[in-house]
Amino acid sequence: MATIEARAIADAENRRRKRNLTPGRIAAWVVMIGFLILTLFPFYWMLRTALSTTRSLPANPSSLLPVDFTWGAFQRVLGLGTQAQAIAEGGSGASVNFWLYLRNSVFYAGAVTVGQVFFCAMAAYAFARLRWPGRNVVFGVFLGALLVPPIFTSLPNFILIKNLGLLNTLPGMILPTFLMTPFAIFFLRQFFLGISREIEESAALDGAGPWRTFFRIILPMSTAPVTTLAILTFIQTWNDYFWPLLVGNSDQTKVLTVALGVFRSQTPAGSPDWAGLMAATLVAAAPVLVLFFAFARKIIDSIGYSGVK
Amino acid sequence: MGDAVSASATERASRPVRKAKSESSRSGGRSELGTALIFIAPALIGFLVFYLYPTIRGFYFSMTQYNILGTPKWIGFDNFAKIGKDPLFWNALWVTVEYVILNIGFQTVIALLLAVLMQRLTRSTVLRGALLLPWLISNVIAAMVWFWLLDYQIGLVNQFLEWTGATKIAFFGDEAWAIPTIAFVNVWRHMGYTALLVFAGLQTIPKYVYEAAAIDGSSEWSSFWRMTLPLLRPVLAMILVITVTGSFQVFDTVAVTTRGGPVNVTRVLQYYIYQKGFAEGQFGYASALSVVLFLILALMATLQLRLLRAGESDLA
Repeated sequence: MATIEARAIADAENRRRKRNLTPGRIAAWVVMIGFLILTLFPFYWMLRTALSTTRSLPANPSSLLPVDFTWGAFQRVLGLGTQAQAIAEGGSGASVNFWLYLRNSVFYAGAVTVGQVFFCAMAAYAFARLRWPGRNVVFGVFLGALLVPPIFTSLPNFILIKNLGLLNTLPGMILPTFLMTPFAIFFLRQFFLGISREIEESAALDGAGPWRTFFRIILPMSTAPVTTLAILTFIQTWNDYFWPLLVGNSDQTKVLTVALGVFRSQTPAGSPDWAGLMAATLVAAAPVLVLFFAFARKIIDSIGYSGVK
Repeated sequence: MGDAVSASATERASRPVRKAKSESSRSGGRSELGTALIFIAPALIGFLVFYLYPTIRGFYFSMTQYNILGTPKWIGFDNFAKIGKDPLFWNALWVTVEYVILNIGFQTVIALLLAVLMQRLTRSTVLRGALLLPWLISNVIAAMVWFWLLDYQIGLVNQFLEWTGATKIAFFGDEAWAIPTIAFVNVWRHMGYTALLVFAGLQTIPKYVYEAAAIDGSSEWSSFWRMTLPLLRPVLAMILVITVTGSFQVFDTVAVTTRGGPVNVTRVLQYYIYQKGFAEGQFGYASALSVVLFLILALMATLQLRLLRAGESDLA
């Protein structure tokens, strides 16, 4: 009785709070909007700069609109403009092999994602569903790999890739994370554990073995977590810098992040080609942003779960 | 493509075996070891070759003198003795610690603030998505954008400082400002993401706790300190372990902006390891440095989990 009353009072209190814009709420919104501006403004500034002419930027550094509007920077990055035009606008005139780097990035992130998600799903199924001696011990050892910092394995892995003759090749870049990451197995195992056993058992009665159960029941029932994991893996791999810098720093295998670093050190007129640089960063970020806008809710909802392991 | 093909090939190959086996195992509860081995084989190979083997090898290399072009030569603990006397190592360690304190301090406080504000104000997905945007772009891009915004000559922030009458600041070029600036860039990139982690943690605190507090007439401020924060402790501990571990391995931002300079003020540990190993080719020494970093991270994680009693919850 008392609790019901208490709840009613609390509810009323909440409703009152929601309706009235108290000074506290206004202050809270002001702080929140302040952080939103801090978060979003740099993105606008990228766009504003990318649509400007580099040579005109110093004259009008704080104009909120593009200075001397041009698509030139994007054309320069995508290799569409002429060299003369690029130099006239403040670019370096050197051609950026953007399409090659884009292809490398797509291939690198794509292959790692497909391999990792598929093989980790298989392993997660064995850990969640099959009965075998040593299952939990092996799982524990796999998880132990989470404790080893990436830099620690990067050095010996570099030597391994070098000895295999795969330095500066895409397979060399892809291999270490192609087969497994402890996190991916952990993530999928959690979901597989939650699938009702009865469905599996009735499938077994129909004569389905583990392979058919895995492909026809477990995977189709887990499209949501599998997609989430795939998106997160893709974004993370797309943004990788250290590993591709170590093993893929040749002109043929550079990914976008590594290429951007080079692009930034080109200083044609004493200072970087800011418009070109911002256009390049925007184009390099575009695939991830598109992916995000397509799957925003999935990604956002997965954060609480995936981050705190 | 090739993998999908080979996977279905193994599937076909194992079909007759499976039929005979599944009957006995499902009914008799026999071990499915054979099938399990096939299922974990790719991941197991990945684990052995790219996690376990390099971890062991990393410790081995740290005990050797190893030029990338030559062969490793066993020298015992010499590298570690050298590290103890290496002023650049101590500098790198100090710089990294300074970075981690600034980065984690600001990031955690801002994330807590944002998460509590979100809890109170709105559950809008659009807002959460907006806060998450910086986390989606790479460190390299985040670094470039701020490199431009904070440019000494024509960067917007310095234009603004000039307009208010303050003196301009060489954010990346000034010895006193370089590390705080790099810490700021990474706070900017991670604050929304961390806020969402905290926000998820806040959802695990039952409503009745707040309701009881409201009835007791507890102010927002004191409920935050007396209830929200203590109840959030296990989640915060996990978030801290993950973010501190990541923070100690800062590299990308330094590599594309200051490259360790000016002088040595931004030569963080991982950048020093990278320079030793790949620019100077002293692979054994670089491995020893990474063993030290590994130990520091393990120590930090253990300490944090102990101090924050991460395993226990106050929610009875």
